[in-house]
Amino acid sequence: MSDDIDAQIRAAQIARNKQSAEKASLVGSVSFDTDLYSEKGAAKFEGYSTSLPMNLDEEEDGDEGLENQTKKLSSYTAPRQILDEMASMGDDEVDPMADIRPSRKISDRESEYHARRLNRQLSPERVDAFSGKAASSEARSYGEVMREAELNREHAELQRKLQERQKEDDARRQQTDSSVDLQAQAQAQAKAAVERAKAAAASAATSTRKRRWDQEEKKSEWEEDDSTSASGAKSSKWDETPKADAPARKRNRWDETPVEASTSAWDATPRTDAGGVTPGGSKRSRWDETPVGVDQYAATPIGNLGLMTPVAGQAVPMTPEAANAMRWEKEIDYRNRYLSDEELDTMFPTEGYKILEPPATYMPIRTPARKLMATPTPMGQAGFMMQEEDRSQMYDVPPEIPGVGGLQFFKPEDMQHFGKLLDKKDELELSVEELKERKIMRTLLKIKNGTPPMRKTALRQITDKAREFGAGPLFNQILPLLMSPTLEDQERHLLVKVIDRILYKLDDLVRPYVHKILVVIEPLLIDEDYYARVEGREIISNLSKAAGLATMIATMRPDIDHVDEYVRNTTARAFSVVASALGIPALLPFLKAVCRSKKSWQARHTGIKIVQQIAILLGCAVLPHLKSLVDAIAHGLEDEQQKVRTITALAIAALAEAAAPYGIESFDIVLRPLWAGIKKHRGKGLAAFLKAIGCIIPLMDAEYANYYTKEVMIILIREFQSPDEEMKKIVLKVVKQCSATDGVEPQYIKEEILPEFFKHFWVRRMALDRRNYKQLVETTVELAQRVGVAEIVSKIVEDLKDESEPYRKMVMETIDKVVSELGTADIDQRLEVTLIDGVLYSFQEQTVEDVVMLNGFGTVVNSLGLRVKPYLQQICSTILWRLNNKSAKVRQQAADLISRIAIVMRTCGEEKLMGQLGVVLYEYLGEEYPEVLGSILRGLKSIVNVIGMGNMTPPIKDLLPRLTPILKNRHEKVQENCIDLVGRIADRGAEFVSAREWMRICFELLDMLKAHKKGIRRATVNTFGYIAKAIGPQDVLATLLNNLKVQERQNRVCTTVAIAIVAETCSPFTVLPALMNEYRVPELNVQNGVLKSLSFLFEYIGEMGKDYCYAVTPLLEDALMDRDLVHRQTACTTVKHMSLGVLGLGCEDALQHLLNHVWPNIFETSPHVINAVMEAIDGLRVALGPATLTHYVLQGLFHPARRVREIYWKIYNNLYIGAQDAIVAYYPRIEDDSRNTYERYDLDLMI
Amino acid sequence: MSSAVMNVNAQLEHLQSKHVGTGHADTNKFEWAVNQHRDTYASIIGHSSMLAYTAVAENESIGRKKFEMIEKMLQPCGPPVAKED
Repeated sequence: MSDDIDAQIRAAQIARNKQSAEKASLVGSVSFDTDLYSEKGAAKFEGYSTSLPMNLDEEEDGDEGLENQTKKLSSYTAPRQILDEMASMGDDEVDPMADIRPSRKISDRESEYHARRLNRQLSPERVDAFSGKAASSEARSYGEVMREAELNREHAELQRKLQERQKEDDARRQQTDSSVDLQAQAQAQAKAAVERAKAAAASAATSTRKRRWDQEEKKSEWEEDDSTSASGAKSSKWDETPKADAPARKRNRWDETPVEASTSAWDATPRTDAGGVTPGGSKRSRWDETPVGVDQYAATPIGNLGLMTPVAGQAVPMTPEAANAMRWEKEIDYRNRYLSDEELDTMFPTEGYKILEPPATYMPIRTPARKLMATPTPMGQAGFMMQEEDRSQMYDVPPEIPGVGGLQFFKPEDMQHFGKLLDKKDELELSVEELKERKIMRTLLKIKNGTPPMRKTALRQITDKAREFGAGPLFNQILPLLMSPTLEDQERHLLVKVIDRILYKLDDLVRPYVHKILVVIEPLLIDEDYYARVEGREIISNLSKAAGLATMIATMRPDIDHVDEYVRNTTARAFSVVASALGIPALLPFLKAVCRSKKSWQARHTGIKIVQQIAILLGCAVLPHLKSLVDAIAHGLEDEQQKVRTITALAIAALAEAAAPYGIESFDIVLRPLWAGIKKHRGKGLAAFLKAIGCIIPLMDAEYANYYTKEVMIILIREFQSPDEEMKKIVLKVVKQCSATDGVEPQYIKEEILPEFFKHFWVRRMALDRRNYKQLVETTVELAQRVGVAEIVSKIVEDLKDESEPYRKMVMETIDKVVSELGTADIDQRLEVTLIDGVLYSFQEQTVEDVVMLNGFGTVVNSLGLRVKPYLQQICSTILWRLNNKSAKVRQQAADLISRIAIVMRTCGEEKLMGQLGVVLYEYLGEEYPEVLGSILRGLKSIVNVIGMGNMTPPIKDLLPRLTPILKNRHEKVQENCIDLVGRIADRGAEFVSAREWMRICFELLDMLKAHKKGIRRATVNTFGYIAKAIGPQDVLATLLNNLKVQERQNRVCTTVAIAIVAETCSPFTVLPALMNEYRVPELNVQNGVLKSLSFLFEYIGEMGKDYCYAVTPLLEDALMDRDLVHRQTACTTVKHMSLGVLGLGCEDALQHLLNHVWPNIFETSPHVINAVMEAIDGLRVALGPATLTHYVLQGLFHPARRVREIYWKIYNNLYIGAQDAIVAYYPRIEDDSRNTYERYDLDLMI
Repeated sequence: MSSAVMNVNAQLEHLQSKHVGTGHADTNKFEWAVNQHRDTYASIIGHSSMLAYTAVAENESIGRKKFEMIEKMLQPCGPPVAKED
């Protein structure tokens, strides 16, 4: 039946098309190529997005393909087809760049410090003390965890002592061994004696203290740390407080207790400590009776068989290398695999042989754990294993996983987690738990490896069912995946997203798993990638909202004085996120307690670090709690531990920086200790204290600031000569902050600071380190603000001729910044000469073409203005010479320089010189490097802009024909500059060029509508307007109307905009007839294009629309009754723009008529259409007044059908919000009933 | 109805529901009338000429009329009607 109707409709359409195709079109033949522009109904929405993306997630999920299309690097040049082809290349293609490209694996790029995350383990669940339910037997309580943390600490302490002793022994042995020489021996003995004496003294000193945790640190840690990091040990930017590098140990193989290697995650003896059942049994030798407790799989304890809760999925982590090896071996295995029964059948003759039954006692090994062992994984002590018995094990990646469907990829590493899905067990045999587990696995696999649509549905599924699945099964699968060493960014992002979504759903069910989640998420907080950090913060913030403050504190408390600095660092950051999520006041009592902890200095250190992180994270939001925060940490400045003092100073600095410029009164209590500290400390401690003072000084009022600056400056100047890089940076920053405060006199800066400052900081070495470089430039600019340009520039200008290029660059950047901020007014004649000389010299002497030099040159020349005239000849000859250079970069820079100084040349009246440059640039238009060509075009453009069309050499009529072919260039920079130049000429000097040439350009321009860059498309569309103005709209319009037939949506949209612009510039009456005639072409794209043009047209012409609305009404009427949704949608948009334009100009009758055609569309369900309809009605409400609309709306407000009521009330609400006061007069009369009065008698009053 | 459509509707409805006096498919006569009355009083009070006109017609002071109207806004149509589900 339905086929029947369809067939009829199709027949009718064909007939109609035939008819209307006979009608004439203004633009010539309409017999469009049906091969290219198919008439199929399916194609009619092509290129339109059929739904509005309503939330961000959907957009970023669904449009991955689209994003690839739109987000292009600025220098992409390859044609689209090639790019598409490359994108569609299958996996079988070998990627030649694979070796060069940086790995996407997270583990491959992280530093040693970041890799320490792998040392952590997913601890068993915790008891949820607040749920009131009995915990499962495996969950651990707070008390247990705390006890274990203590044991760990003790353990670490013991190890350190053992190491110390061993080192001493080694040293002694060496001494005795190597001392053949008597003298040397004597010396060594003396030295040893001294050392022994020292040790004795130290132990005596410490033993009187009776503090068991500190004995070791006293001697070793802080001092040692200083020296190691000063000697170039790579310090990560994440460990604010310098961490103690684990001293390298030489292992004596006769040692009784094997000492564990704690740093290396993969190869070393596994750590068994934290997860073990009995703390005492943490160190097991492989001779232990039961092999259960042995960590078989190296240090990372995920999926650790020895844990009490075996993590589901039995994940066995592999190193990337091992994974590679496995991949390789798999290939070998594949070739040498056992033959299957079928293969054997085909090989052997069918007769004369008999297939024997396997003996009844034979049992193939099916246990998954052993199966896993069969694949070569880097496990040390597993012993001998039989190779591979199960034939069902796949060697190659399965094309399809049952119940999952086609994935984008399936890595061998995924096999470890998702292998279960492949064992082809009957679903009926499985228990409910197992089924659930598989279901989760499948969903996760879809999310991780699936296509965007698959991922989207799977994500929704897992969110909806989160509570059904339960927290345990979910996290037991997700978290091990996140700990996988071969994890990639994208995978991590997706998994983190899953956690985020299910957190909302699980709410308080999440409590037992908080620690597990934190172990996985905390490393994100110190990730190099900004977005990873934000993601981590979001998760922890949601987590703390779901679990509650008490759980968060109870869970993280044991980690606060963890032995590993990494754990403490990440925990502090996590706590700061908790504070931002739940509010500082909630956390404050806890913080106070921790910062005063007597038990261990680590706890105090971490507590204070939390405050620091809170300040960094929350910024000025700390202000209301500033006093209490400062009070909580103030005592740390006089702590006995150096590390605690340092972090306290840093925390105060962070607080002051966050609070600036308010809150000085809160810092009163720390000023004195800080002051005392500055005089007491040396080295890193001093740096931290200086930083704190430097951050507090800007908060003070002028008088105090002046006093403190003078006091602190003495120390600062002394530290100018410190060789320590960190100290240098801090000193520079403090100088910057101090000199920026009001109270400091320029005179003082000039006399006291500048001489020393230049002597110590303006040296070549400072230019080599990027952070030093930046800080120095910033500080110098700040100083220049106070003492003036001349003072600073005269001191460094000579260095523009320094022989070190990085140093010249630094000088140039400083001059650039100083001059652009302060101008060159107080630079005298002599300095001016030196400056220009230096700038020219450093510009010419560059070996690496750098934008810094170009900017500096441009800034100086522009700032000097008229004063640069004497030097212009010289500058121009430099430019000309460099334009001829062999290196493309040099040519490009020279052309760029022209565009920068064009305006100044004009100011100096050097038109002739510019003409010369113009000719030279014109000659170089044959340039083959697109980057250079783009710059040359930009140079030409700036010259044309400055000297005008009439005076341009070469004349415009020669220049433009040269530009036409360049428009074909596909390079974005070339396109952009070329279209700008052409548009400029079309705008100002169209008369210099023949109409024919302009038409030729029009055709070229059509292609540019395809450009990816919006700027280019906009410039193109505007250029159409200029050209139409110059040569009349007819020809341009014909070109544009023809272009409406192309398939590509972006192209059509731009064409419609161009038509509207042409109509606007050449008055609508020149364009409308042709445009409306084009509507008769029986093709969807064309008709929609016409409607869209009309829509833009009425938007642009506004009030002028009153002359045309009667003309277009029949067309709109037709469009509003069309079967095609897009017709009606676009017509509605047109009605909106038109009605808003003609408001109050007496076109109500036409609008009323259109309203009658718009109104039936209110029941549309497509979001685009209904949006357009609502907007049209809103527009008409404005133009026709609310009375009319009220009458329409009243018909359906109490309609029996809910669907009708819904939309009518929606329109009513819009009306009500838009014209609340006005519709008071138009409400219907409602008669009173026995109970209520509904009449509005106040409106019936008559005088 | 696809979820996208629901989204559009939901969004617009959310936006509208932020304003007092808007309605929805289940608004009944009483609720609607109450809003009409309140709007009417607000409108009269807001336009001083209207207020003066009312005052003259009823031979009352402007201030009293204004006061009365504000008072009447509380239950302009009498006691509320029980909502049927």
